[in-house]
Amino acid sequence: MLKIVVCVKAVPDPKEAGKLKIDPVTKTLLRCDVPMVLNPLDKHALEGALQIKTETEAHICVLSMGPPEAGKIVKECMALGADKGILLSDPCFGGADAYATAYTLAMGVQKLGEVDAVLCGMASSDGATEWVGPEMAIMLDMPVVTMVKEITMCNGEAWEVKATRENGYRRMRVKLPALLTVTRDLNMPRALSFSGIIKARKKVITQWNLDDLGISAETVGIKGSPTIVTEMCAVKNTRKVAFLEGSREEKAELLLQKLVEGGVL
Amino acid sequence: MNDNNPVWVIADQEDCNLLPVTPQLVGQARILADVLETSVEVVLLGDGVGIHTEKLFASGTDRIYMGNDPDLGTYHSEVYTDVIVKLAKEHNPQIVLMGSTSAGRELAPLVAARLKTGLTAHCIDLSINQECILEQKIPAYGGEITIVCPERRPQMATVAQGVFPDPFPGEGRSGEIVSVRGPFLFSGRIQTLEVVTEEPGGIPLDTASCILAGGAGVGDLDGWNQIAELATVLNAGLGCTRPAVDEGWAELDTMIGQSGKMVSPKTYLGIGLSGEQQHMVGIAGAKIMIAINSDKKSPVFDQVDYGIIDDCRGFVPVVLEKIRQYKEKHVSCR
Repeated sequence: MLKIVVCVKAVPDPKEAGKLKIDPVTKTLLRCDVPMVLNPLDKHALEGALQIKTETEAHICVLSMGPPEAGKIVKECMALGADKGILLSDPCFGGADAYATAYTLAMGVQKLGEVDAVLCGMASSDGATEWVGPEMAIMLDMPVVTMVKEITMCNGEAWEVKATRENGYRRMRVKLPALLTVTRDLNMPRALSFSGIIKARKKVITQWNLDDLGISAETVGIKGSPTIVTEMCAVKNTRKVAFLEGSREEKAELLLQKLVEGGVL
Repeated sequence: MNDNNPVWVIADQEDCNLLPVTPQLVGQARILADVLETSVEVVLLGDGVGIHTEKLFASGTDRIYMGNDPDLGTYHSEVYTDVIVKLAKEHNPQIVLMGSTSAGRELAPLVAARLKTGLTAHCIDLSINQECILEQKIPAYGGEITIVCPERRPQMATVAQGVFPDPFPGEGRSGEIVSVRGPFLFSGRIQTLEVVTEEPGGIPLDTASCILAGGAGVGDLDGWNQIAELATVLNAGLGCTRPAVDEGWAELDTMIGQSGKMVSPKTYLGIGLSGEQQHMVGIAGAKIMIAINSDKKSPVFDQVDYGIIDDCRGFVPVVLEKIRQYKEKHVSCR
């Protein structure tokens, strides 16, 4: 039975994330109620695991680090078909950079015991560093392939995948246990189904805190982060907009003029 | 607190071609090293890469650690990581810069995790502050945030091609080449079976003088096809923001912004996008910036020269028709 862990993150809804802004006066983040959703690329990672499960016997555990509210994202993954859900949550985990996040998640994976594969979305829509997956792989001493757009073979002791590169891809063979980060090209994530939601109602999410992981507070959150944010600045705009106005026809005509003036046409 | 340790750039090469981001980073490393009163060193791994040393010295490096070997010919994450980590532990660079290329984005976190140090992604600026620490700027939350790695060393950052300019070649600059010798051990956990090159379609964004970019507001694939048609008739490059990639309308390698492509067209037209900082920071030096958005309060209108408040689904077809009529008139005059 393949044991697959899918790492997921609760992120501010990308469609509304533009509302999160730096206050130009206080230079701190203006708190705004943007709903948290499952990171888009993590949906593809979970879907990848679910599709493997249709071909081979597999157990899928979803793992996430976040505040207690992130539990609903883990629940959503269970409704989509994950067998187990773990939320790593502790006030100490807050403010973690990619390194501390990778460490915390890696310790969560270790606590799960023998694992054959860890799948992650290539990047989160908010932090978007792309670092957590590969750094976890180092901490777990697993080989890693990033930007996986296709899993061409997934039975046996090694998988074959296609990894995106500039102008094409690399075909890679990677021995299990391995960590893969995936792109949206991997698949079309399934939608939540009513029956999935009903079944998930009975499933329980496990929550682990700092003590459950048996690690020191110095290694997680802000304390465990090698990098820190020292300054936030709202950007000063140098351009002043002139609106092209009138009826739709008139606006299109004005736009055409600008394009001609600009030498585009 | 200045330890006089060198500033490093890990060179990016593909099929023996030095990727343009490398000399750009060497140029910036030179600026940083001059402030720190230290040297610049480059790690260059590959096969047949000796041809690049002259350009690297001209760009500002003082020393090159060169691993020039058939075993290093194809990028291999584990082997490259091992070589770089070994060199770093021996020579203790205080700063390590890498290009945000597909290999760089995989290699940088592997090296950073092995060295247990901090790594900042897709910086748009790098400078040295009063405490001799590297200030790494990235766009976020409609503005810019500064990140530092105050204690751990090296301070690592990735930077996309086009953020820093091509350096002015220093005449007669030369330096030291230190050979990095094997054996280069392959653990066998990862194997590259094949490297496949696919020619990208469309007008390359790097050189396009007019660029159209679409965002979430385009709505759906039909809407996307409409703006793709507009790009075609304008002979413009077609780029996008992250939501368009997530929706599946556009490829990741056409995404313009901090973690995508940096572009410098003469004319930029943003359609159905909100002017998010991560995207806008990817567009430099455009003479004319235009945006079409149905929301009159959209932040994009704070960042452009001309704005059109309209729904792109209804507006773009009208523009297409106007352009068609214009072209007919002007072709027939010849």
